[in-house]
Amino acid sequence: MSDPVTATGGARFAGSDCAISDLGALGMVAIRGEAGDPAFAAAVQAETGFALPPVRRFEGEAEAGLCWMSPDEWLLTCPYAEAEARAGRLRAAFGGLHALAVNVSDARAAFRIEGEGARALLARGAPVDLAPAAFGEGDVRRTRLGQVAAAFWLGRDGAFRLVCFRSVGAYVFDWLKASAASGARPAGF
Amino acid sequence: MTAHRLPSGGLLIDRARPVEFRFNGKPVKGFAGDTLAAALLASGRTLMGRSFKYHRPRGVVAAGVEEPNALMCVGEGPRATPNQRATMVEIAPGMSARSQNHWPSLEWDVGAVNAAIASVAPVFSAGFYYKTFLFPRIAWKHLYEPVIRQSAGLGPAPEGVDPDEYEHLHAFADVLVIGAGMAGLAAARAAAEAGARVIVAEQGPRAGGRLLSESDIEIGGMPGADWAAGEAAALAAMPNVTLLTRCQGAGLYDHGYALLDEEPKEGPSRRLWRVRAKRIVIATGAIERPLAFANNDLPGVMLAGAVRDYLALWAVAPGREIVVFANNDDAYRTALAAHLAGLTVKAVIDCRAEAAGALPEAARAAGIAVRTGMIVAKAKGGKALKSVLVAKRAADGRVAGALEEIGCDVLAMSGGWSPAVHLFSHCGGKLRWDEAQAMFRPAPERGAPTGADGEVNTFVAGAANGLLSTAEGLADALAAGARAASDLGFSAVAAEAPSATEPGMTPLQPLWFTPSVGKYAHGTKHFLDFQNDVTAADVELAAREGYESIEHAKRYTTLGMATDQGKLSNINGLATLANALAAPIPEVGTTTFRPPWTPLSLGSIAGRDAGTLFKPVRRTPMHDWHEANGADWEPVGEWRRPFTYRRAGESREASVAREVRAVREAAGMLDASTLGKLLVTGPDAGRFLDLLYTNMMSTLKPGACRYGLMCNENGFLFDDGVVARLPNGDFLCHTTTGGAERVHGWMEEWLQTEWPELKVHVANLTEQFTQIAVAGPKAREILQPLTGMDLSASALPFMGIAEGEMAGIPVRLFRISFSGELSYEIAAPAHRGRALWDAIREAGAGQGIQPYGTEALHVLRAEKGFIMIGDETDGTVTPQDLGLSWAVSKKKADFIGKRAQERPFLSHPERERLVGLETLEPGKRLPDGAYAVADPAAKTPEVIGRVTSSYLSPTLGRAIALGLVKRGPERMGEVISFPLEKGEVMQARIVDPVFYDKEGARQNV
Repeated sequence: MSDPVTATGGARFAGSDCAISDLGALGMVAIRGEAGDPAFAAAVQAETGFALPPVRRFEGEAEAGLCWMSPDEWLLTCPYAEAEARAGRLRAAFGGLHALAVNVSDARAAFRIEGEGARALLARGAPVDLAPAAFGEGDVRRTRLGQVAAAFWLGRDGAFRLVCFRSVGAYVFDWLKASAASGARPAGF
Repeated sequence: MTAHRLPSGGLLIDRARPVEFRFNGKPVKGFAGDTLAAALLASGRTLMGRSFKYHRPRGVVAAGVEEPNALMCVGEGPRATPNQRATMVEIAPGMSARSQNHWPSLEWDVGAVNAAIASVAPVFSAGFYYKTFLFPRIAWKHLYEPVIRQSAGLGPAPEGVDPDEYEHLHAFADVLVIGAGMAGLAAARAAAEAGARVIVAEQGPRAGGRLLSESDIEIGGMPGADWAAGEAAALAAMPNVTLLTRCQGAGLYDHGYALLDEEPKEGPSRRLWRVRAKRIVIATGAIERPLAFANNDLPGVMLAGAVRDYLALWAVAPGREIVVFANNDDAYRTALAAHLAGLTVKAVIDCRAEAAGALPEAARAAGIAVRTGMIVAKAKGGKALKSVLVAKRAADGRVAGALEEIGCDVLAMSGGWSPAVHLFSHCGGKLRWDEAQAMFRPAPERGAPTGADGEVNTFVAGAANGLLSTAEGLADALAAGARAASDLGFSAVAAEAPSATEPGMTPLQPLWFTPSVGKYAHGTKHFLDFQNDVTAADVELAAREGYESIEHAKRYTTLGMATDQGKLSNINGLATLANALAAPIPEVGTTTFRPPWTPLSLGSIAGRDAGTLFKPVRRTPMHDWHEANGADWEPVGEWRRPFTYRRAGESREASVAREVRAVREAAGMLDASTLGKLLVTGPDAGRFLDLLYTNMMSTLKPGACRYGLMCNENGFLFDDGVVARLPNGDFLCHTTTGGAERVHGWMEEWLQTEWPELKVHVANLTEQFTQIAVAGPKAREILQPLTGMDLSASALPFMGIAEGEMAGIPVRLFRISFSGELSYEIAAPAHRGRALWDAIREAGAGQGIQPYGTEALHVLRAEKGFIMIGDETDGTVTPQDLGLSWAVSKKKADFIGKRAQERPFLSHPERERLVGLETLEPGKRLPDGAYAVADPAAKTPEVIGRVTSSYLSPTLGRAIALGLVKRGPERMGEVISFPLEKGEVMQARIVDPVFYDKEGARQNV
């Protein structure tokens, strides 16, 4: 079978104070259900290994984990090859519950952003308080970057992961690259 | 060293770093830290521009952001930036600056003829344009406006693409302090010491504000400038403080959102800070007012405070012989500073009967002539000030007694200070008139900006708050900073204000207008608004003509409407209007200040949204292939789709025709990835879709597809597409390309706001799947070898679904057709879309498969009479109008639009309905949108229909069109007329909208 090809095909950029790289094909499963329903929470935990993260939090390591997306939506991130099967197992586990799990791995582009300038880079495009005290490890935002919708979280390894729609992956990469190019860090970052 | 550069001093300049730049092409020398204005003054130049309307010679009036005259174009070619205030631009090696608004040269300007004419006739007086160019109307557009546009206006827009980089930056603060003068520093320190996260923005290159220029203020036992430097250093060292210089507070908006415009020392040319602050302290100081006397715009007439600034900050003497004209004590500081700098102070002309304050006394002690009860009646000179005429001021304000001429090259004027309340006003802060200080000052008790919680979130401190004395301003600012922090729960320790000493001030006497002497003469103008060339006489004329509201008078005279938004003119202007109306100033009121505080470069506003990042383009997985294979792009929503794939030397029409023939004769492949794909699941999914679509969806069997229509509440068709019931029972709703997000939002809106009881989840999977349509008689034989799935008609019939693998890629096949041919739409995970595209292309190469674009798609569907949302619909068309009644359920109790469609006018027999149109001349295409009329010879022909789609059909070898015609289906065979341009009338016969393969035999194979 052909290898999955992402929107930017493994693009990378190394700026003077931050680096941007295409994460490659990342498995993503959108999960929707009632946060307050113990059966739903238990099913998610049983299948993913993670309790439903609270508002704007990511549980997990590196790229693999469970991300809060909205009051009734979460995003499971996993190896690309596992996503379809894990979505299927989740749906099976939900049984008669009114809940959804669907593979959305291909609908998105995913990037890794790291380095001293990463916070300032994101702050150029996202209306998010990126001060370390305000945005720490495991914090998540669904927001905008430049002119498009995006979501990002900060991993325990100090690197940000950012996802956006696949169709604008090239735009987001080009935007990040242009914004990181000068390397001039604004005061306070 | 030039004659105008003092031998020592100059807080902002570095004499060790000479800088050479060019002004109007000639080299000028200055020092690092000089502004353009300072360096030009130091070089002995006072003429810096021509005025907007009369092209009068103008020099620099101010030393800061309020400068109205010295506007320059800085930079060359695409980097040229017009209308830069010379007082704010720091010189840099190799910089090039040009004066504006003159031709052929600054010294000899043809436009100044306006001024000459104005001396004999009231040309360009208030309302001149309205009165003169009113008739004939047509002449305004074609004659008057182009000519006026040529001769008016400020600097020209740069040519070419700006190569500089601009960026935006989102930042957050507990407390945002705007201005880092004494008040800003104190407020920031108080808030920061309490633990708040503070951003301080200073528009100048250094914190300190007026403390940098005033030599007689001591704070905490040290000179004011030293105190400011210490405070700034302390703030800069605090981890919770961001201190920005060269960064203006541009605008305040709702709920603590502020824009700051920074000119960083490195990196982008401009950085626009988009700050969300919980509390804001405005510490923007005050602006000195000019005085209105005859010829007060001569180069050499300057604000008194500005003269001090040039002496203290850049060691520049704007002239050698100085006269001070004032109504207050503060201006005596200028006399003393000039005297101390070794300049000749000819006199202080003070309109007050008596001047007994500490500063006037100090001036007298220094041997300076203090002339009270006097005014300057007129300034004299050509391109520069030569002398002033002074006279006694009578009790009624008129000039009394003999005129006396005093030679001077600088007149330092001061009419008092006005708090810079602009930012406070941006977001609804209210003002009150302070009679004693003759100023509008913030009145938060009448209204102040509030945060999302309804609490007041913005405070004004120091001089901006109307507190002009050092001690009061300092205490006010410390309190404002502490209040801002304590509001947010920080335990602010009420810091004791450091001791502050300065000379005591006696009250000013308002002086809004100084009459000329003798007969009123044009040409001896009393300017209020220097930048827009508005005089006191203009304002008085406006009052006489009935423009009594300041808002009307402003627009009629253009007072305060220049790029400086009347920083110098507003108060003088409304006081002049109040005088003319014999009304108190507070009754006349003020106009509203709006963002930005000073003009923002368009680059700042655009930020990164320029060039290739101007607008995101959505790309399908095959975008690059299309690009490399001749795609003639068409924007569809935010996507780009290939209109057609042109081969070398091929016309667009020929290319489309070739693609159509390929589909009809062999096979074509289309990138249909942009179609919306919405997954609808949950126990109530069927019920929900029955409500959204006009036809029944709940009865759809797993593994089958059904074409569906969606209407809005008014019964009008707004989207269509194929709904697929997946083998697992989920619904996958296909939408139009442009409708995907709208339909998703539509579904969520109904679920969340109207039918929350329905157990339905909607997921937008548009981008999860690449979709490739393979259509044509050879589609099956091309695809079958790629897959183990049985593609035969019996195994996968029309409107069927199959899931499996194709070319090793997991796919879902929909046997649906928008071309009328045997057709499969194949959905695959987007990351494998390109691989599938390539596999199909290679597999079909032998059978003549060709990629086809959106235009071929349109032609193919029109040949079949299939409607297209946006062509056959325009928001006023129902499914019934389009002959789609078969897709509108009569059984369902309800669906969106059902009730509306029952209204009489939507079922009226006279409605325009879909028909096919065949032109009588088969080779001639009807223009899109052409109207059909009952009788083209009638004087006002009755419109009976219109063309909605029109193509040359390569399949039929003739022009075909779809149209909406009154009673259309009842008029089959009738020939109707379409009047076109230049008397031409095209005729077309009404026919069935299905032009090709009416039986559908081609797709049912």
